[in-house]
Amino acid sequence: MSNDQGLQGPAPEERPHPDGRRNSQGIRIDPEAEAEHEPRRTVLSAIVEHEPGVLSRVAGLAARRQFNIESLTVGPTTVDGHARITMVVEEPDPGIDQIEKQLAKLKPVISIGELDDDAIRAELVLLKVRGEDPDKVHAVTEMYDGQTLDVGSETITVQLTGDERKIDDAVDAFRRFGIIEIARTGQTALAHGAKKTVPGEEPGTSGEPTTPTTDTQ
Amino acid sequence: MSERTASPAETDAPTPADDDPTETDVTSGATSVVRALENAGVETAFGVQGGAIMPIYDALYHSDIRHVTMAHEQGASHAADAYGVVKGDPGVCLATSGPGATNLVTGIADANMDSDAMLALTGQVPSEMVGSDAFQETDTTGVTAPITKHNYFASSSDTVGDVVGEAFALAGEGRPGPTLVDLPKDVSLGETDREPGEARAPATCRPKTDPDSDEVEAAARAIERAEKPLLLFGGGVVKGDATDEARAFATEHQIPVVTTMPGIGTMPEDDALCLSWAGMHGTGYANMAITHTDCLIAVGTRFDDRLTGGIDTFAPEAEVVHIDIDPAEISKNVHADYPVVGDAGRAIEAIDAEMDQTPDAREWREQCLTWKDEYPMDYAAPDDEPLKPQFVVEALDEATPDETVVTSGVGQHQMWAAQYWTFREPRRWVSSHGLGTMGYGLPAAIGARLAADDDETVVCVDGDASFLMTIQELSVAVREDLDITVAILNNEYIGMVRQWQDAFFEGRRMAAGYDWCPQFDKLAEAFGARGWAVDSYEEVPDAIEEALAYDGPSVIDFHVDPAENVYPMVSSGGANGKFALSEDQL
Repeated sequence: MSNDQGLQGPAPEERPHPDGRRNSQGIRIDPEAEAEHEPRRTVLSAIVEHEPGVLSRVAGLAARRQFNIESLTVGPTTVDGHARITMVVEEPDPGIDQIEKQLAKLKPVISIGELDDDAIRAELVLLKVRGEDPDKVHAVTEMYDGQTLDVGSETITVQLTGDERKIDDAVDAFRRFGIIEIARTGQTALAHGAKKTVPGEEPGTSGEPTTPTTDTQ
Repeated sequence: MSERTASPAETDAPTPADDDPTETDVTSGATSVVRALENAGVETAFGVQGGAIMPIYDALYHSDIRHVTMAHEQGASHAADAYGVVKGDPGVCLATSGPGATNLVTGIADANMDSDAMLALTGQVPSEMVGSDAFQETDTTGVTAPITKHNYFASSSDTVGDVVGEAFALAGEGRPGPTLVDLPKDVSLGETDREPGEARAPATCRPKTDPDSDEVEAAARAIERAEKPLLLFGGGVVKGDATDEARAFATEHQIPVVTTMPGIGTMPEDDALCLSWAGMHGTGYANMAITHTDCLIAVGTRFDDRLTGGIDTFAPEAEVVHIDIDPAEISKNVHADYPVVGDAGRAIEAIDAEMDQTPDAREWREQCLTWKDEYPMDYAAPDDEPLKPQFVVEALDEATPDETVVTSGVGQHQMWAAQYWTFREPRRWVSSHGLGTMGYGLPAAIGARLAADDDETVVCVDGDASFLMTIQELSVAVREDLDITVAILNNEYIGMVRQWQDAFFEGRRMAAGYDWCPQFDKLAEAFGARGWAVDSYEEVPDAIEEALAYDGPSVIDFHVDPAENVYPMVSSGGANGKFALSEDQL
């Protein structure tokens, strides 16, 4: 319909507008839910089809959706053709939920879940330090239940395993000798006790889809 | 699709090429690919020939599948996309390796953003040459991984038919989207007599279609107690074929409806409950309703930023019920207070069955009607001024049947088409929403034409700049003798950019003005189509009538007011309820 004036109606400032609003995470703000979620660090474990390109699909998804991945490890499982990917991520809560759901949509991803706080976590680090003081290096290595892998005239290489905190502490302790090179695997993890980490490793579960929950707490 | 007859294993002699075979004999990877397409019911495919895809084309030679050779692979992907939108089944496009595949990319990305089901088949250099930077080699699965639901690199002639069948099924499964199979030439040429098996989407990608009862219950309670309930129908209602359930729910509970742009047509736009579409250039009344609702029932939408404006001011008073088949859309952009994961139609029916009462929303409905009166969609069209583009859209709508399919490019003309055409059915508005691909309109009209019934009209409302981006596809429309009418709203500008430059860049019209356009009517004639040029209001009805009456491709070049702007407008990141009605309100 046409007229001579064009669009009609009260101007923006003359219109009623409610006082409510949402935060940047799209959550409607009421007195009980004022705060934005802070980033938190957690471990996600996924069973995937061990096919070419699966790692690049997972990593590419994280990169293009700006998910912050601290570390990522991949390895075979007890089921032929299935691999486990363990990821340490740091995101505010809705973000962690998003990572899980987006990854669950990838065709090779069979199952994915977030691990509880009591999950068993470990990583391995190789440290190459200056070899001027072999006895002291040996003592520190012992202290952290490490192993000496290589001793040369100039360098000593040791291996340490443990949870993230222990490795951090150990690396600090070795700094006094002068660390030349360091290689960390990143964390890998399994659920505590008899609890299943995520479904998909028991034979016969191949291809069973899982749908992540939709609550975002 | 014709019935399958005996499989090659059961026949002694291969069918001669000159016969009219009803099926493809599986003798190679390529023939098993074509057999998989036939098994899936594919009737039409769009593509462009080239070295690495030649074996597939050779296999198509023996098939009943209609192949439409496009002028450019981008056209093939848009045509397949639009074909799928109108038909409701995945569209199929083909291209060779390297530039063929990369030319498809825009259309694949477009389908991905709009959740349109589509299968792309690309040729690839022979397996042993992959990774050597061979002639026309591109890492196609690498390039398209971010813009497909999933893509496949075919590795064996024996299984390639299964892979193609699975990719086709996956494209249409759950939340639809594009899939791609990359076909190395040796895999296509390799011998096999293995029939593709029954095609299913992979087990890891099958969606949850039946909603959880606790989610349904919570949503039902929230809707029952609402005083200002509002339904928001997105593209998911179209893709999920849930229009009937959605309309029935709105009507039964007398809840006003707004749609997203891809959701246009899910509710008849002339229904009293329908407030048309919301968002940046949506109606004032739809944006007012979004702003004031206390319970937004969103179905099949991903809360795109062009819909929401600034998240902090989006539906600020509303509890959000969000129905979606993709759990990843729940609380991605807007927090869902009541998520319901499942098939749109089933979820709506389940909620309806769970509801004990209809929300008491009489006052709210009256308020919505008041907003309709307060902010009418209108434009100034005095006779002594240049032709208004909105007038052209209304005249076209008036002159065409209700079931007309409308495709568009991207820009001002797209917004006017969406604003001033009254849509009453889904799958009739075919546009590039999420990606915003200029040039989508003409190839989309070709795809839509082949998907629509013969007696249905197909119109492409295009812009001059959009039309120039894929104009070569007019040759296809002529060659294939397709009855489509292209209406160019020609303002000799990339008009939306010019509008933004005037509003936000102090009128510095850098690289937005064409000052000169080809004579599109003459150009159309040179292609072998019919052409008209229209400068005044008086010429509009006759040109439209003649173009629609012409049984073949026609182009009307409407020289419209170059100064006309698209309003209402919610500024980028702004509040929906603060939409501007003119530039001075921005």
